[in-house]
Amino acid sequence: MTAGSWAQRWTETGEWLVSSPLFGLTLTLAVYAASRALWLRRGRPAALQPVVVSMAVIVAVLLLADVSYDDYLEGASLIILLLGPATVALAVPLHRQLATLRSAALAVPGAIVLGSAAAIAASVLLVRVLGGDELLERTLAPKSATSPVAIALAETYGGLPPLTAVLTILTGTIGALLGPWLLDRVRVRDERARGLAIGTSSHGIGLARIIDGHPVEAAYGSLAMGLTALATSLLMPVMLPLLGLP
Amino acid sequence: MIIGFVVLLACQLVGEVLVRVTGAPLPGPVAGMVVLLVVLSVRRPRPDAPVLRAADSLLTHLQLLFVPVGVGVVTSLAVFRDETLPVVGGLVGAWVICVVVTGLTAVGLLRVQAAVARRRRRGARA
Repeated sequence: MTAGSWAQRWTETGEWLVSSPLFGLTLTLAVYAASRALWLRRGRPAALQPVVVSMAVIVAVLLLADVSYDDYLEGASLIILLLGPATVALAVPLHRQLATLRSAALAVPGAIVLGSAAAIAASVLLVRVLGGDELLERTLAPKSATSPVAIALAETYGGLPPLTAVLTILTGTIGALLGPWLLDRVRVRDERARGLAIGTSSHGIGLARIIDGHPVEAAYGSLAMGLTALATSLLMPVMLPLLGLP
Repeated sequence: MIIGFVVLLACQLVGEVLVRVTGAPLPGPVAGMVVLLVVLSVRRPRPDAPVLRAADSLLTHLQLLFVPVGVGVVTSLAVFRDETLPVVGGLVGAWVICVVVTGLTAVGLLRVQAAVARRRRRGARA
């Protein structure tokens, strides 16, 4: 056997490996398992949220190994498939707290509508003040809604849907990292109000941070995520013209 | 466990169909969440029911499910390099404003509602 054929097979195997579904799936599960183990062992510090650490490590691996996102998705999309049933499953923490919901019948719609409207207006105006163009304003506007809704809204109202997807995920990631910290700073201590604020501002990723060990926050967060999707969809066509984006 | 997953998937399926038929501005899974909430309220399953166990095990690792989508940030690194200030400023600033507005509004309205409830109770006693 010649050395040349070995080298050739080595290269071919490498190419097969990165485009095989096994690669993205194994990488994602292994990095997540390691990040979670690290997080648990360090006593669950806020700064080491497994979602954030896993994202950073995998992005670094893809860039260093020069693997495209599409190749990675071959396997990783199997995990994305589970997001649907997981969203449905959010009804469970909500169901367990349904009895307490009557105590907040006024606060739930009021806070969610005001919060969603503030998010749309602030995104558009901040991008404008900081020198972004109209396309970027339209891309950022729906980012508080959960990602499937945000993407659909960006499509409808003239933004860049793939960029909206990324910005929505990053918004949730900031929520997972800093949400509880910011709520402490502004002295929002009521668990119902904290859940509403996380669910409205940071959708499922923010929720993933509080779902473990905070049943009341998780229930109000799930409710807020669902209603924010609805509120943002209804507010976008009304607010964009008011913000100078016909 | 398998039965629990089947229930979750069935609710999503019903949600997806409902959204498409009615043209409601919601994603199918969010409609599916409402469907499951109705099912749970009507059926009142025991605490160890398969659907509850399946939901809990899925939600324990909710963070994992967002990782592949988040890695998609590699496709737009150029935007972050070229338009750093408006993108990062808009992202973080709007998030802070949304958290603060939602949180403080909720605290205020919860207080109003508690006060109304107290007055109503006192009125009922008098």
